[in-house]
This record gives sequence, C-alpha cells and structure tokens, in this order.
Amino acid sequence: MWDVFGIPLLLATLRSASPLIITAIGGLFAERAGVINIALEGKMLTGAFMAVVVAYFTGNPWLGVFGGIFGGAFLALIHAVVSIKYKANQVVSGTAINILAYGLTVFLLQVFFGVSGTSPSVNKLPAWGPFNPLVYFGLVLVVVAHLFIYYTPQGLRLRAVGENPAAAETVGVNVIRLKYFFVTLSGALAGIAGAALSIGDLSVFVNQMTAGRGFIALAAMIFGKWTPVGALFAALLFGFAEALQIRLQGIVPIPREFVQMIPYVFTMIILAGFVGKATPPAALGK
Amino acid sequence: MDKKNILNALRLKELVLPLGAIFLGLLVGGIVILWIGKNPFTAYASLFYGAFGDLNRFANTIARATPLILTGLAVAFAFRCGLFNIGVEGQLLIGALSAAFVGTTLSGLPAIIHLPLTILSAMVASAIWAAIPGILKAKRGVHEVINTIMMNFIAYAFVAFIITGPLKAPGQIPKSADILGSAQLIRLSEIAQWSTSRLNTGIFIALLACVAIYYLLWKTTLGYEIRAVGLNPYAAEYGGISVNRNIILAMVISGVLAGLAGAERVLGFHGSFILGFSPGYGFEGIAVALLGKNHPAGVILAAILFGSLSSGGRWMAFNTGVPTDIVTILQAVIIFFVAAEQIVAWFFRNKKKTGQVA
Repeated sequence: MWDVFGIPLLLATLRSASPLIITAIGGLFAERAGVINIALEGKMLTGAFMAVVVAYFTGNPWLGVFGGIFGGAFLALIHAVVSIKYKANQVVSGTAINILAYGLTVFLLQVFFGVSGTSPSVNKLPAWGPFNPLVYFGLVLVVVAHLFIYYTPQGLRLRAVGENPAAAETVGVNVIRLKYFFVTLSGALAGIAGAALSIGDLSVFVNQMTAGRGFIALAAMIFGKWTPVGALFAALLFGFAEALQIRLQGIVPIPREFVQMIPYVFTMIILAGFVGKATPPAALGK
Repeated sequence: MDKKNILNALRLKELVLPLGAIFLGLLVGGIVILWIGKNPFTAYASLFYGAFGDLNRFANTIARATPLILTGLAVAFAFRCGLFNIGVEGQLLIGALSAAFVGTTLSGLPAIIHLPLTILSAMVASAIWAAIPGILKAKRGVHEVINTIMMNFIAYAFVAFIITGPLKAPGQIPKSADILGSAQLIRLSEIAQWSTSRLNTGIFIALLACVAIYYLLWKTTLGYEIRAVGLNPYAAEYGGISVNRNIILAMVISGVLAGLAGAERVLGFHGSFILGFSPGYGFEGIAVALLGKNHPAGVILAAILFGSLSSGGRWMAFNTGVPTDIVTILQAVIIFFVAAEQIVAWFFRNKKKTGQVA
C-alpha cells in the first residue's frame, strides 16, 4: 500500500487544497474587516456556475474566470449591503446567501441550458504543468495577502477595523468603505475558487458541486488563526486528507466518511483551545 | 404617545414587517419569473392551487410544514436565549438516525411502548448532539455558529456511514429497513380513503411542542431565565441567573425539537431513513423562525407558508414551466427582507408616506 504515497499524492494534495486556499484567504479578508463570512460556500457555488456560463457563451475559459469573479462578488455585495448598510445579522444574511446561491444556480441552470443536474461541457482552462493556472494563483495570493496584511498601511487599517472599528474611525479610516471593499473582494476570491472547480478541474457545472468546500475553507481560515500562512497550511492539511482518502479507497478499511470529518473535528478542537487558541478578530460580527 | 398607543404600534410592527417581507419577496420572485418570460400571476396562482387547491393538496402542504414547525421552533427557542443554532439540520439527522435504529431493531414490543421509546431516543440523541456546541460555548467560550456548522458536516458524514453501512437495507437505494409497525406514526392515507397524503400524527407532536414551548418560555422560571440571558447576558448574570447553565439547557431543548422533526420524517412521512431525505429542513427552520418572529404561533404560520411554497412548487413547474427552484430563491429573498427589516420599513414608508408603519 505504500505506493499510494509519493509525488502523485503531493500533487493531488495541492490540487485539492487550492480552492480551499483561495476561498480561505477571501474569508479572512472579510472577517479581518469585522464581517462574518459563513456565505463562502454560496459565493463559491455561484462563482463555479457563472464561470461555466461565461465560458459557454464566449467559448473562452479565461473570461469564464471573470464570470466567476463577478458571480462571487455580486453575492458578496448583497451580503455587504444587507449586513453593513441595513445592519442585518451577518450570520442570517450569510445563511440567506447560501440558500440563494443554491436556488439561483439550479434555477439558472434550467433557464440558460434547459437542464437540471449538469451543465453542457465548456472549454476548460489550459493545464500549466501538473496544475490548472488557478493553483499558482492561490500560492501567489498567500504571499500577497501576507505582505498586504502585515506590511502595508492598508493592511494595518484592515486589522484595526477588525479589532476596534471605532478607534480606526477616529484616526480617519473610512470603516464602511473598507468593509464594503473587503467583503466584495472575499466574494471575488471565493468566485475564483469556484471557477477553479468548474473550469479548472472539470469542464462542467454540477449542482452543489462545491459540496461543503466553502465551509471547509471557513474551517481552514479558523484553523489557520485568521492568517494567510496559517490558512495555507490548514488548507494543505485538509487537502491532504481528501487526497489521501481518495487514494486509500479500497486499500485500507477506513470508511471515507471518517476522513471527511477530519477538517470539522480539527476545527472544533482548536477552537475549544485544546491545541493552541484561535482567537477571532475582536469586533467580528459587530 | 401614551403607553397603550406605543404597545399597539409595536404589535402592528410585529405583523407588518413579516407581511411586508413576504410581499417584497413575492415581488422580487415575480420580477424573476417575468424575466424568464413567464407570467408571474399565473405562476403564483398555480403555486397557490398546488398548495391549497383541494383537501389532499392542503394535507400535503401541512405534511411539508410539519418538520418546519419543529425546526423553526428549535431555531426560535435558541434565538430566545441569544444563540444561533445553525446546527438544527445535523441534529435533525442524528435524531432521525436514532429513530431509525430503535424503530427498526426493537421488535416484539407493543406500539404503546415502542413508539414513545423510539421518539424518546431521537430526542435524546439530538439533545446530546446539540449539547456539545452548548457546552463548548458555556465552558470554552467558542461561538456556537462555527461549531454547529462543523457538527452539521460531521453529522452528514456519520449518517452516510451508518445508512450505507451497518443500517443499510438490502437493495440499491441507500436507506434503512422499514420502520416496524409498532413504531410508525399513522398516516392520513391509511385512515382516509380520499387521501394519498403522508401527513401523519407527527403534526400533533409538532403542535403540542409549540404549546409546550410557549408555556415554557412565558410561564415558567426557566423560560424567564432563558429569555433574560437572550436579552442581556450581563444583566442576567448580575441578577443571579447562571448564563452558562441556560445556554446549555437552551441548546439541549433546541436539539430535542430538532430530534422530533427527524423522528416525524422517519417514523411517519417516509417510514424509513432514506439517505438525503432532508431538503434542508434545518436551514428552512432558520427562515421560519425569523419570519415567525421567534414566537410559536408565528412559527406555525411561517412553516405553513414555506411548506405551501414547496408543496405548490411542483404543480407550478408542471403547469407553467417555471422551475421549482424559484421557491428556494423566494425563501432566500424573504430571509434578506426579514433580516434587514429597515429595507421593508423604507419601502413602505416611501410608498405610503405615512411614516408610521415602522
């Protein structure tokens, strides 16, 4: 059974982890700005769908990525307006986004393509070496996000807003504008991750194809203690679990359902402070 | 404004905002239907007929609403204690699993013992599942939202493992064996010739639960304490109420209600545990609780509304070609409007220029 380990497993790990990395970084931008983001799943799903729609009608998968960005950002903007402007409960709004994304994608699949379940197939992104291009994007994103958050004035402002928006306001930060920007950015990134699933890994949209990955990304964000590098390693760990589970199927009698539980159980354990404490931004949800 | 007028205005607001949210939701849905080139009035009329057109359809609507009454009540009860229980879906599945286990294995018992025992097992299993995030919140200060989300996914995986493995009935479909006769809830179709509805005696459990929760929240000390914690935990603590104890209790009771919903589906509506049977009753419960203003009576009405959307949707799709999933979109939009009630208030103020609606 040892031949399941090795280079293919490492490649599969990064491949599984990539959408989680991109989405988790998006999630932490929103949460660093003080806006709870349990709607990552919905934004990812909408991104996956819009990527296929645009790729289908233009024939160009690169434009499809922009479709994904648009889909994710559009939902995020609704979340932002409802929860920032109209001060709705952010968890409620996020729940509604997830329900909306599910309904909208199934509905539009019928309207645009007249099918239910799976969309017609479209041109997928070209493979760059062993990966689709968005895998590299995810890795670059980690570096950029890390440098941005910790080494730029805007990053400092972002962190300040998440910890104490009133204090940030008094020193001249436009808190509302900053929140809008980062919530929308988080949707755009989740949308890219969705595109990575639909036109990066596959060349179709399938109903509910994100299959909880948005929530695993949320878990990775928490497990990584709201830092880009932490999110990277958490996503790699969860990606490894997924890749290993696929490769071990039929070889080792561990039910795959138990491997699927790993990200969620780990997150609960770390949140409870049994293995190091994960502390959210102080002004989250306020 | 004297005290009586203020009270009346408050009551009016309690009614106007949910109704306004439904109206705006239907309006947005109507625009979407128009956009795909269909007639929204025909579609909604068809939806309404599909849900309430005759006695059998009405029974189907109530059958669809039954679990929503319980999940809505579960979410609402936790809300009253200031907790957001997104985990009702997982708790429902765990309760359903427990009901399926006890309901298919303990043969030879009389129904008078077997049925209550099966329902009790669902209540206990869900209560334990819900207690975990409650305890983690009370003892370790972890936000219940994240933990209940995580536990939903753990429940999905666990249920999939059990139903495709140890509890699987022979055959292609991943489902448990049929519930033994002694643990079944009686369906309307079994006692009424005219009906094909799976509406079952579980509806009485749901309504009874509403009465019990109303009594508990507003007529007992425990209910007073739970509401006090929900309104202001610091003030409650200062007043000598144990916040931690009430958080755990509220989650446990919320879990019990979710477990009842799962039991009703397995023992009554389906008659077995079919993998993936829930279209998201737990999440719809969030919409139901919000629209019902976290009050048992409101929850019943909101559950019937959402139940009717789902049960009428198929008929609408069949007759007008509007995809059933418009119903899911409607649900989401209604939640947005209930959550951001300022939008509703703004809309009606601008329309009527009365300014007193909100």
